[in-house]
Amino acid sequence: MLAELLQFLVSGLTVGAVYALVALGFTLIYNASDVVNFAQGEFVMLGGMVTVFAFAAGVPLPLAAALAIAVAVIVGLLLHRLAIEPARGASAVTLIIITIGASIFLRGIAQIVFDKRFHQLPAFSGADPILVAGAAILPQSFWVLGGALIVFAGLFLFLERTLLGKAVLATAANRLAARLVGVDTSFVLALSFGLSAAIGAFAGILITPITLTSFDVGTLLALKGFAAAMLGGMGSPLGAVIGGLLLGLLESFAAGTLSSAYKDAVAFIVILGVLFVMPQGLFGRRSVERV
Amino acid sequence: MNATRPIAEATEGREGVNRPREDVRGAVLLTAADIGISFGGLRALDGVGFSARAGEILAIIGPNGAGKTTLFNIVTGLYRASSGRIALDGQDVTEAPPHALAARGLSRTFQNLQVFFRMTALENVMAGRHLQERSSLLGDLFRLPASRRANAATRDAAMALLAEVGLADKADLPAGSLPYGALKRLEIARALATQPRVLMLDEPAAGCNPVETEEIDHLIVQVAARGVAVVLIEHDMKLVMRISRHVVVLNQGRMLAEGTPEEVRTNPEVIAAYLGTHGAREASLA
Amino acid sequence: MDAKAEPLPVAAAPPRFRLNARWTTLLVLAAVIATIPWFFPSGFYFRVAALVWVTALAAVGLQILMGQAGQVSLGHAGFVGIGAYATALGPRYLGLDVLLCLPLGAAVAAAVAFLVGRPILRLKGHYLAVATLGFGMLVAMVLGNEVWLTGGPDGINVQRPEILGWRIRGGETWYWITGAILLVGVWIALNLQDSPSGRALAALHDSEVAARTVGIDVARHKLRAFVISAVYAAVAGGLLALLNGRASPDFAGFLASVEYVTMVVIGGLASVPGAVAGAALLVLLPQVLTVFHDYEHAVLGLLIMLFMIFLRAGIVPGLAALLRRRS
Repeated sequence: MLAELLQFLVSGLTVGAVYALVALGFTLIYNASDVVNFAQGEFVMLGGMVTVFAFAAGVPLPLAAALAIAVAVIVGLLLHRLAIEPARGASAVTLIIITIGASIFLRGIAQIVFDKRFHQLPAFSGADPILVAGAAILPQSFWVLGGALIVFAGLFLFLERTLLGKAVLATAANRLAARLVGVDTSFVLALSFGLSAAIGAFAGILITPITLTSFDVGTLLALKGFAAAMLGGMGSPLGAVIGGLLLGLLESFAAGTLSSAYKDAVAFIVILGVLFVMPQGLFGRRSVERV
Repeated sequence: MNATRPIAEATEGREGVNRPREDVRGAVLLTAADIGISFGGLRALDGVGFSARAGEILAIIGPNGAGKTTLFNIVTGLYRASSGRIALDGQDVTEAPPHALAARGLSRTFQNLQVFFRMTALENVMAGRHLQERSSLLGDLFRLPASRRANAATRDAAMALLAEVGLADKADLPAGSLPYGALKRLEIARALATQPRVLMLDEPAAGCNPVETEEIDHLIVQVAARGVAVVLIEHDMKLVMRISRHVVVLNQGRMLAEGTPEEVRTNPEVIAAYLGTHGAREASLA
Repeated sequence: MDAKAEPLPVAAAPPRFRLNARWTTLLVLAAVIATIPWFFPSGFYFRVAALVWVTALAAVGLQILMGQAGQVSLGHAGFVGIGAYATALGPRYLGLDVLLCLPLGAAVAAAVAFLVGRPILRLKGHYLAVATLGFGMLVAMVLGNEVWLTGGPDGINVQRPEILGWRIRGGETWYWITGAILLVGVWIALNLQDSPSGRALAALHDSEVAARTVGIDVARHKLRAFVISAVYAAVAGGLLALLNGRASPDFAGFLASVEYVTMVVIGGLASVPGAVAGAALLVLLPQVLTVFHDYEHAVLGLLIMLFMIFLRAGIVPGLAALLRRRS
């Protein structure tokens, strides 16, 4: 019983960590630009796919991973420069459709450059499960959790301790005011896209040994990441992390104890329940209507 | 002053003169009593109240941040007060949502415009006639005669109101393209379209030039003369002193003074806290 | 449509003029439906065009919700799925005539929308988006997983409908039926737009606060728009199933929902004919793009981006503005 719970806990946290990373990507871009970037999942896909193909071509794994992140960052910056920037001032829903278009586009390109098959990476440090209190835990889970933890900590330090990070926070709080005090908000915006892409790709690399990857894994991940971000409260990095982990745990426990076919359903029902009680998500900014 | 006179008798004194007669007063239509609200620990309003009477103009004045607009938002149901009661026409409406209040004859305008910017000026006012339209959803979907008639009636009534506020020639322009002063009047027309018995105007003359202010001033007096209770937030002291019958002064979320314009104008506390020397001089000239 | 934005010199003109704009839209659409079969090189095109009309019907319904009332739905395909499965399951389990299942599906969708809409529509913006997304996924999941009832992920066959012994079949027949239904759907949507109820929707779209203060029961009107658009989606779903002879969970999937949203936005959120244009574009593009083989998705994504960047108000309003500038 305990072993089972532990099993669900670890697998839930592992998947949840990936959701959290995707949700963080959503949050960073949303804070800088009010854009909900549905191409976020494609960064995860790029991370996995580029690593897989570079590794297969003989590039050492760390280098392949670095290459994948670099590719994703370039794609993220291009997305900002070529698709979001020219549409500045368009309505929120128009911008969302643009990112959906971008996501279809990137998937289409990936399908040409790579292929339509599923691919796997070898686990970073052995594939034999470690037995902890009766639960079999994949070593890769530790990589995912550790990697996610490093990103969370790094991002926290960046936002709280560096001037640039403060500029990012200031832009999120009030774009006009940030610009007035000399923050280069368009640089912050580009930075957010780059950072989001890097985080997404990193998540994709970490999870590929467990879940496989293919050209179209991004859609579902983007959905889950978006849901996680909303659960936590859009715009709150802490909310994104907690929302992601919570979503992963919900799915894992629902799949284990109720029905694996409806694990997504359970997750969404909980999200709906939370939103009905807290319409701004768990950590969202509560807004008083100003008139 | 006799506050308990029946409405029919009381509204006699509304002969469209700028200064209402002192002896006859309209029935109380709207009462807010002991209103209090806090935002994040800050007491924004505490123990504030007023009564608005049919055919009279009540002005609520006070320095910026005194809580005037917050009071409006509470009375019109947009915010929920943490204490106090609101009665409309003798019935408790403290918990009533804005649309229910509108249905009971309470309408308002906004300090920071809340115009329907994607609609034309005419459509804005037509939207204000929502409560008067007796058309069913099915009628609207299939364009049944009843729905068409309602639409036409609304259009005519809205045109008349636009003419009344001097915007007839702007009827088919998108509201977003109108200048500020016109939008202020458009909001008044929209509020009037609901056929209110209590009309709450939040700085109707703010940002308007003297000519426009004069026009709005006339409009408000006319509306009150029809027996509507007008509650007014206004910074233009000349306007307040000229048209209002009763003045409530707020300062830092509390009642500072209350009375006729004369009483308020000469109240030393008010002069000290709000009017200042400049304002006092201006008021005395009014 | 665009008469609205056009400043008119004379104040007395609007009623007549508006009527004309409405009828112009309807006449143009009717003319298109009546004449394009002349240009079809083969019978296959009737099926494709019928698919356009059916999809457009769902898009027009979503335009009422998104364009007129300003409420996003990322789960609208859920209602399409409900309508589609009603035509599949009604005859099988209830012994109903398959055509009778169209209104049945619409009624079920309306009831579901009424129940779900109440709590969901309290949410705003992205939160509403994620809630509707969840709803759509739930529907798709039930359709895909309850194999005993729905036939599972592969879908389920739908009977060929009959009227008084006459079997409705063939692309051409469906073309005219769906074309006529779309025409009615557009007529109703245009009616709504220029009616007291439609004005209430437009008002709450612009400013909920102001809408409430003029007496509009915002929650009630949002719910109405939600139910109406669900009915459109369900009828479209039923027709889609009849047209294809089968229903599958894909009808209700997230991708389908996103496509409907894209159609409405790309056509022009504020425009009823825009929804038709958007639907036509998104149904026809993949057909055309098959010549690009593997590049199909890349080109589709690219075109969506380009349309939104350069015609951000949408195709119909955007082109109308271009024409006006030219003249």
